[in-house]
Amino acid sequence: MYHDILITLTVLTNFTLVATSRIHKSIQVAAFQGVLLGLLPLTLGLGFQIHILLMAMAAVMVKGWFIPFLLRRALLKVHIQREVHPYIGYTVSLMLCALGTGMSIVLAHNLPLKPGGPFALFVPAALATLFTGFLLLVSRRKAITQVVGYLVLENGIYLFGLMLIQDMPILVETGVLLDLFVGIFVMGIVINHISVAFDSMDTRQLAELKD
Amino acid sequence: MDAAQALVDGAAGVAPMILYLLAILFAAFSGVPGLFVKNHGARIAATLMVASALLGISAAAGVLLGGPVASLQIHGTPLVSWGRLDFDPIAAFFVVPVLLLSAMASVYGIGYWGEHQEGARALRFFLGLLAAFLALLVGAAHAFVFLLAWEGMALMAFILVMTEDREPGTRRAAWIYLASTHTGTLLLIGGFALMMMANGSFAFSALPPGFAASGRGTAMFVLFLLGFGFKAGMLPFHFWLPPAHAAAPSHVSSVMSGILIKMGILGFIRLVSWVSDPPVWWGGTILVLGAISGIMGVALALGQHDLKRLLAYHSIENIGIILLGLGLGLIGKSTGHGSLQVLGFAGALLHVWNHSLFKGLLFLAAGSVAHATGTRDLERMGGLGRLMPKTAAAFLVGAWAICGLPPLNGFVSEWLIYLGAFRGLGLSRWAFSLITLGALSVIGALALACFAKAFGVVFQGEPRSDGAAQAHESSSAMLVPMGVLALACAAIGLAPIVISTPLNRVVSTLAAEGQGLPSLGSLAELGWLSAMAVPLLVLGLILWKWAVPSPRLKELPTWGCGYIAPTPRMQYTASSFADGLVQGMNWVLWTKVQSGRVRGFFPFPRRFESHLPDPVLDRVADPGLRGTAFLLSGLRFLQAGHMSIYLMYVLLTLLTLLVWMVV
Repeated sequence: MYHDILITLTVLTNFTLVATSRIHKSIQVAAFQGVLLGLLPLTLGLGFQIHILLMAMAAVMVKGWFIPFLLRRALLKVHIQREVHPYIGYTVSLMLCALGTGMSIVLAHNLPLKPGGPFALFVPAALATLFTGFLLLVSRRKAITQVVGYLVLENGIYLFGLMLIQDMPILVETGVLLDLFVGIFVMGIVINHISVAFDSMDTRQLAELKD
Repeated sequence: MDAAQALVDGAAGVAPMILYLLAILFAAFSGVPGLFVKNHGARIAATLMVASALLGISAAAGVLLGGPVASLQIHGTPLVSWGRLDFDPIAAFFVVPVLLLSAMASVYGIGYWGEHQEGARALRFFLGLLAAFLALLVGAAHAFVFLLAWEGMALMAFILVMTEDREPGTRRAAWIYLASTHTGTLLLIGGFALMMMANGSFAFSALPPGFAASGRGTAMFVLFLLGFGFKAGMLPFHFWLPPAHAAAPSHVSSVMSGILIKMGILGFIRLVSWVSDPPVWWGGTILVLGAISGIMGVALALGQHDLKRLLAYHSIENIGIILLGLGLGLIGKSTGHGSLQVLGFAGALLHVWNHSLFKGLLFLAAGSVAHATGTRDLERMGGLGRLMPKTAAAFLVGAWAICGLPPLNGFVSEWLIYLGAFRGLGLSRWAFSLITLGALSVIGALALACFAKAFGVVFQGEPRSDGAAQAHESSSAMLVPMGVLALACAAIGLAPIVISTPLNRVVSTLAAEGQGLPSLGSLAELGWLSAMAVPLLVLGLILWKWAVPSPRLKELPTWGCGYIAPTPRMQYTASSFADGLVQGMNWVLWTKVQSGRVRGFFPFPRRFESHLPDPVLDRVADPGLRGTAFLLSGLRFLQAGHMSIYLMYVLLTLLTLLVWMVV
């Protein structure tokens, strides 16, 4: 019951993410999505298990606070507010996102998966979130929005992994670690290096590195 | 391996397994103390490696003389896969040359690579790791452990070849080696996947009957043949071997040539032990490839001017001899001829030991020569027999053994293969025996010619350069390992009866299930070889006494020919010595010659230069890869430089895969 609501909200946040042009807001929405996904393991009816509780806490902390905190700090340094002139405009993005979500439902319906259980919405939602993440990565120019894209992409993978939480908890926990990795690695290297080397946060500048 | 739980099956096998694991540990850590101490790092490393060799060889002796077989299971966790180590007769047989030669190379390193020379610490550290990975590889009884050790070995060898990375030639050799070894590994992964489909497990065990003849069995054999053939240096996959052996420091070359390429043979032996009903064409293919490798290897060796490249081509030749024996044994196994099987396998296995002993010895001696003269070019050496008599004696023993002359060890293994081939002549597949006999005799004759050239040009005559004239005998740290290896060559040659029990033990593991094999002693009169050695030695002694000049004679330069002012340039050169044979085989070798014809009575100075390019590397692989690179440059537009576009490629791939899965 509760997990269906959480998943529906996650898919709705996807649409908000692709439609917003203000970077501050997209960070906020991504953090909200992280909190939703972090709470999800608690609603699966797995009983009160200490490692699931710890994992949910870790996921909420990392996805909902730590990485958004890093992103906001980076935002303060570079004085940009908006994503101007993305490669793909907002209306088209929204339509593509809807298309992707629809396709995810069709795909998930046809994939050879085990039916039943509390996971009916998991696969389509996971695929839809994955596509949204990719859409953000492909269509946006600013490095910081791309990091948000990575984060959303990772949320999709995490959602997929949650289906395995009972059999392979270690795999899901490693997924949370991957989040930390994305946060620190991408923030540290991509943003820092672009702004140091090119005095800008525009990833188009990276094209100069090709040989 | 904290999470891994270790179990040893059968209490009796515990001792050899523990000794074997200790030997691996000692070898792996041999270079570590040297990283922290200022002096004596080389001595510590050598001591640890010798200790490792003693431990490993005593464990191997126990198993080879009939002791119990130990097996170690490593239990899986989500992050660490299952694994198994078997210290069986095959592992015990191969671990002996691995640890002996590594230890000798390490001792040799004390004198060869000075304590404060650049890269000395890294060299020792990685040599120890290479020995450890090699030792782990021989015991691997699970595809993952095998591939792990295989990759470890390949990478360590790559780092060791790169030791003198300031030379562009060294860098090129190392990259060629790395690309080749990874191609081989890729093929092996495919082979192991097919093995897993047949067996249901990645652990090594007998394949189900009938699998070998199926389509998947054929694919598996071809993948293993290419993958192991790459490592072994089988033609036409040998091309990485000469440049890598020439570029590496000499003691590393001796380890690479002596044991690293034998790991390809280990792979073949493992494959043979899994298959109870190999089709005849498996053995036939291996045999024919062995004949080609043997003859082409020695033919290419004849035309070389670089001492270490010459030895490297001889490694290809000897791999050919081993493959001839292996192919013969495999044909025996397919057709159920026990005698052919025993003689072929025993000859191949013994040649693995022998080649690692005498080729290790030859590379160490070549290293001494290169160290003393500062060059590897045969045309700049000469007369070193008088300046470095001990090195010359060691080189002579190795050369004698590699030519397969009695009473040294090379003769014994070739003798076994000859015996097998003669027995095979009376059977239905006599053509293969005929190929073996023909190839072996051609190889033997050409090898003799080649080493007559190498020994004569390096150690006899007059020095051809200042470097050669100022050469000095090597230090005892370099001479002792050569002495040990030379003694081992002589021991196997003079008393081959001692290795008949170990050989029987290994050959019996290669038998098909329920097959009884005749013992080696009943097929080959090994005791007679020792008896025959006595008159040979007496004859040799008499000749020696006769050849040593009396003190009354005056010493004159070699090739002096009574001229008034002889110069070293009047001697036979390495190229001129081998020219007759190389010209005779030019229809396969295609030597590149640049020369001006000498005309008239008072000719101008002329230069003559000959160069023998590798038929595969220089004529096929290099131009082929250049052409491929040119064709593929048309795809450069894919590299747009925008990260978004790269991510779009990922997205498109993901979508395609998902849709492909659904439809």
